[in-house]
Amino acid sequence: MEHQYVYIGLAALFGLFMAWGIGANDVANAMATSVGSKALTIKQAIMVAAVFEFLGAVLAGGAVTETVRKGIVDTDLLAATPELLVYGMLAALLAAGTWLFIASKHGWPVSTTHSIVGAIVGFAAVGIGIDAVQWGKVGKIVMSWIASPLVAGFIAYLIYQSVQRLILRQDDPLEQAKRYVPVYIFFAAFTLTLVTILKGLKHVGLTISLRDSYILAIAIATVIALIGAFFIRRIKPDKKAEKRQHFYTVERVFGVLMIVTACGMAFAHGSNDVANAIGPLAAVISVAQNGYIAAESKLPIWVMILGGGGIVIGLATYGRHVIATVGEKITRLTPSRGFSAELAAATTVVIATGTGMPISTTHTLVGAVLGVGLARGIEAIDLRVVGRIFASWVITIPAGAFLAIIFFYIFKTILP
Amino acid sequence: MGIMLANIFGSSPVVPLEKHIEIAYRCAKRLQPFFAAAVNGNWTKAAKVRGDIEMLEHKADDLKKEIRLHLPKSLFMPVPREDLLELLLVQDKIANRTKDVSGIVMGRKMQFPASIADQFLEFVDRNVDAAKQARKSVRELDELFSTGFRGAEVDLVVAMIEELDKIETDTDNKQAALRGELFKIEASLNPIDAFFMYKVIELTGEIADMAERVGRRLELLLSH
Repeated sequence: MEHQYVYIGLAALFGLFMAWGIGANDVANAMATSVGSKALTIKQAIMVAAVFEFLGAVLAGGAVTETVRKGIVDTDLLAATPELLVYGMLAALLAAGTWLFIASKHGWPVSTTHSIVGAIVGFAAVGIGIDAVQWGKVGKIVMSWIASPLVAGFIAYLIYQSVQRLILRQDDPLEQAKRYVPVYIFFAAFTLTLVTILKGLKHVGLTISLRDSYILAIAIATVIALIGAFFIRRIKPDKKAEKRQHFYTVERVFGVLMIVTACGMAFAHGSNDVANAIGPLAAVISVAQNGYIAAESKLPIWVMILGGGGIVIGLATYGRHVIATVGEKITRLTPSRGFSAELAAATTVVIATGTGMPISTTHTLVGAVLGVGLARGIEAIDLRVVGRIFASWVITIPAGAFLAIIFFYIFKTILP
Repeated sequence: MGIMLANIFGSSPVVPLEKHIEIAYRCAKRLQPFFAAAVNGNWTKAAKVRGDIEMLEHKADDLKKEIRLHLPKSLFMPVPREDLLELLLVQDKIANRTKDVSGIVMGRKMQFPASIADQFLEFVDRNVDAAKQARKSVRELDELFSTGFRGAEVDLVVAMIEELDKIETDTDNKQAALRGELFKIEASLNPIDAFFMYKVIELTGEIADMAERVGRRLELLLSH
C-alpha cells in the first residue's frame, strides 16, 4: 500500500499514546491494592508492574489483540476499500486515547476497554455501515463485561471464605497461615501460569502439549510456592504489634502471598489491556503492509514490545502518583482481603484473555472486592460509587464512538 | 478510574470507633487525678484536670459527629449501621458522664467526708477499670470484621465482655456499700451537700453502666 509508513507511523504514535494512558491510569488499579495493604512499597510496585505488565503484554496478549484487530469489524465488507479500515482504526485509537485523557483529567471512571470497543464499533457502524459491525461478537464482548465482575466476585467470595475458615477463625491463626499460605501461593501461580501457557503462548509461536503444559505449570508453581514458604518461615511474630492488632503477623504472612498475586494481577492486566492499544495498531500494520486485509497475519513482536513499553512509560511518568493516591485510600484492604480480591480478579482476567475477550480489569477488580465484602470481609463499601463505576460504561461507549466517528471523517478527508 | 476504585471503600468506621473509645477511656481515667485532688481540697489541681476532661469530652464529641457523617446510608456493611451508631453513642456517654460528674464536684467544690474518701476513690478506680475493659473489647472490632464475626475471635470477645460484666457488678456492690456508709453519716452533713454526694456517686457509677452497655452493643454485633 502506498504511504504505508505514514499509516504505520501514525498508528504506532497513537498506539503508544493509548498504551501510555493505560500505564498512567489503569495499572494503578492493578497495583494499588498491594500498595494499600503495605505488601509492597510504591517503588517495588512499579518494578513488579513494569516487569509483569510487559511480560503479560508480550507473552499472553495475543488472543485479545486478535479480537480487537479483526473481531469487531466485519473486514469482508472492506475488501475493496482496505484504507477505510486504516482510517477507522487510527480514528479509534486517537478517540479512545483522547477520551481517556479527558476522563482521567476530570477523574471520571472510564475503562480503556470500553473506550476502544466503543470507538471501533462507532466508526464501523457510522463510517462504514451498520452491517460492518460483527454484532454477534460485540454481543459476546458485552456479555463478558457483565460476566467478568460477577465471576471475579464469586471467586473472591469463595477464596476469602476459605481464608476465614482455615486461618482467621482458628485458635492459632499464625500457625494455620504458615501452613496454608504456601498452598494458596501454589494455586495462584498454577492457575495463572497454566492459563498463560495454554492460551497465551501460542501467539508467540510456542506450542506445548496439554500434558507438558500441566507439568510445566505444576513445576513453576511448586518452585514459587517453595520460595514463598522460605520467606514465610522467616517471619517472626511481633508480640508488641500483635497486642494492638492480633492478626499483625498473620497479615505479614499474607503479605508474601500478595506479592505473588500482585505479579499475577500485573501480568493479567498487561495481557488483556495491551490489546486495547495494539489491536488497532496491528490491524493498520497488516493492511498497510499487505495492501489488503489479510485473514491471518503474524503480529510483529515489536508491536507487542511497543505496547508493553508504552504501559511501562505511562506507569513510570504518571502512574506512580495514581498508585500512591489510591494505595493511601485503601489501607483497610489488608493482605488477607487484598490477595483474595487480586487473585480472583487476576484469574478471571487471565481466563478472559485466554478466550480473547477484552474485558475491563478495573470492573473485574471491583467485582472481586465486592465478593470479599459479601463474605463480610470489608467494613464498608460505598454502593453509590460502585454504581457509578458500573454506570460509567454507559457513557464511555457512546463517547468513544462519537469521537471515533469525527476522527474517522477527518482522516478520510486529510490522509492520502 | 483509579481514584474511583479507592472511593468504593467507604471510610471504615472501625478505626475511628477504636479511636473514639480510646478518647472516652482517657477522659474517664482523668477522674482518678481529679478526685484525688478534690479529696485533698487541691482545687487548682482539680480545675486543671477538669480542663483536660472537658477537652477530651469535646474531642470525643467531635469524633462522634465525624463518624456519623461518614456513615452514609449507601454503605454496604457486614453489620447494620444502626448497631455501630448505637455503640458509638454509648461509648460517647462514658465521656459525657465523666464530664457531668466532674462538673458537679468542681462547681460545688465538694468536700468528701474523710471517713468515706478512700472508699470513694476505690469506687472511682473500679469504674475506670470498666471503661478500660470496654476499650479493650472495642479494640477487637478490627479482628472481628476480619473473621466475619465467627470463630476463636468471637470467643475471645465474649470472654472480654464477661470480664466487663464482672467489673460492672463489682462497681454496683461498691456503690451500694458507699451509699450505706454515706447514709450513716448523712445527718452530720449539710443536706444539700449530702444530696449532691448521692448524685455524684450515682453518676460515677453510670460510667461502669455505660461501659457495660458498650459490651451489650458488641454482643449484639456478634449475634449477626
